Amino acid sequence: MTQLQARGLVRSYGPTPALRGITMEVAEGEIVAVTGPSGCGKSTLLHCLAGILRPDAGEVAWRGHRIDTWSEAARSRLRRTEFGVLFQFGQLVAELTAAENVALPLLLAGTGRRAARTAALTWLDRFGVAELADVRPGEMSGGQQQRCATARALVTEPRVLFADEPTGSLDTLTGEQVLTQLVRLAREQRTTVVLITHEPRIAAYADREIVLRDGVIDHTGLGLDAAPVTGGVR
Amino acid sequence: MSTPHVLLGLLAGGTKHGYDLKRAHDERLPQARPLAYGQVYATLGRLVRDGLVAPAGQERLAGPDRTAYALTEEGRDALDLWLSTVEPPMPHVNSTLFAKVVVALLVADVTRARTYLIAQRRAHTDRLRELTALKTNPTATVDDVVAADYAIAHLDADLRWLHTTLDRVADWHREVHR
Repeated sequence: MTQLQARGLVRSYGPTPALRGITMEVAEGEIVAVTGPSGCGKSTLLHCLAGILRPDAGEVAWRGHRIDTWSEAARSRLRRTEFGVLFQFGQLVAELTAAENVALPLLLAGTGRRAARTAALTWLDRFGVAELADVRPGEMSGGQQQRCATARALVTEPRVLFADEPTGSLDTLTGEQVLTQLVRLAREQRTTVVLITHEPRIAAYADREIVLRDGVIDHTGLGLDAAPVTGGVR
Repeated sequence: MSTPHVLLGLLAGGTKHGYDLKRAHDERLPQARPLAYGQVYATLGRLVRDGLVAPAGQERLAGPDRTAYALTEEGRDALDLWLSTVEPPMPHVNSTLFAKVVVALLVADVTRARTYLIAQRRAHTDRLRELTALKTNPTATVDDVVAADYAIAHLDADLRWLHTTLDRVADWHREVHR
C-alpha cells in the first residue's frame, strides 16, 4: 500500500523557490533516503510530507487521504499519532528527564502516565540507554541525547518516521549505531521511513534513494532510471 | 596487499599447514579476494627459500600428509619491520576509475563521460548498499564489520568524487580540448 504520495509539490520562501514540482510515492514499510546537495530542497520536502509546511501548490496524501488541505490542528494530531519526527539535534526538552521526554508523545496522545513511562523505559532500553531514564539532557553526551530522541520518535509506533539528518551531529561510529538500531526497529514494525541525508553512506541504509537537485528530482540520480518521465514515482 | 606478510602474520600465533592458512586468510579478510591454494603453497615456498618460514613436521588428519610451517626468527623480524613501516598515503593517483574518466574526456564528449560517471555512481551505490546490509546483519562478525567498514569508507570517498566530478565535467572537457 502507498503510505505517502506527493504530486507536483511547489514551495517557495519569498522569491526563492525550494521545491519546483516534486512527484513521488513511498510504500508502506519502505525506507527511502532523500539526498542532494545543500539547499536542494530536502528539508522542505520532508516538512511538506510531514504536514509541518503547506505547499504553495500540489498535493500531499497519506494512505490516500489528502492532508495538505487539513487544518493545522488536524495535521498536528496526525503528527502526534501516526507520524514520528526526528531532527539532527534531538531537541529534547531540557527540563525533563530522558524517560519523561520519551513518554511525552504518548501523554499528549492520551496514554496514562504509568503506561507511558513503562513504554518509555522499554524504548530507552531498545536504544541501550535505559540507565539514563532519570537523567536530564544537559547531563548526557550528544550520542546519548540522539538515542533518547530516536526512542521518543518511535515510542508511539508511528506508521511513518521522518528523520532529517538524524546522525548529522554524531561521530561516525555513534551515528552508525543509532542508525542501525533505528533501521532494524523500523523494519521489524514495518514503519515507513523518510530519511534526509547528504551522505552516501547513510543513504545506503535505505531501500531506495531519491536525489534532489534545485528543487526537482534528479532522474539521472541513483536507481531512478526506471522512473516514469512524468515524475519520481516508483 | 602483501600476501607473504599476511601469511607471516597468520603463522605468528603458531604452526599451520597450507590449508589452515588459506582458511584463516579468508576468514580474517572476508572482503578480500579469496586466496588460491596454489598461491598459498607458492608463497610458502618463497618464504622457506628466504629463511622466513621453516617446515615444522608432517601431519596426517584425513588424506595425504600435510607439512606444517612455522615462523623463523628472521620471519618474525621481517613481520615486525612490515608492521612498523607506515604505508605511503596515496603517492600516486592511479585508480582505474580516475583513468577511465580522463580517457573518456579525451576521446569522447561530455555526454559520454557523464553517462559513464552516472553508471559508475549507480554501481558504487549498489555495492555500498550491499556492504551496509552485510555489516548491519545481526549475524555479522567483527571481521565482517571491519572489512565492510574499510570498503564502505573507500566507496563513500569515490562517490563524493563522482558527485563533484559530474558537476565539473563540462569545465574539464573545455580545458582538455582547448
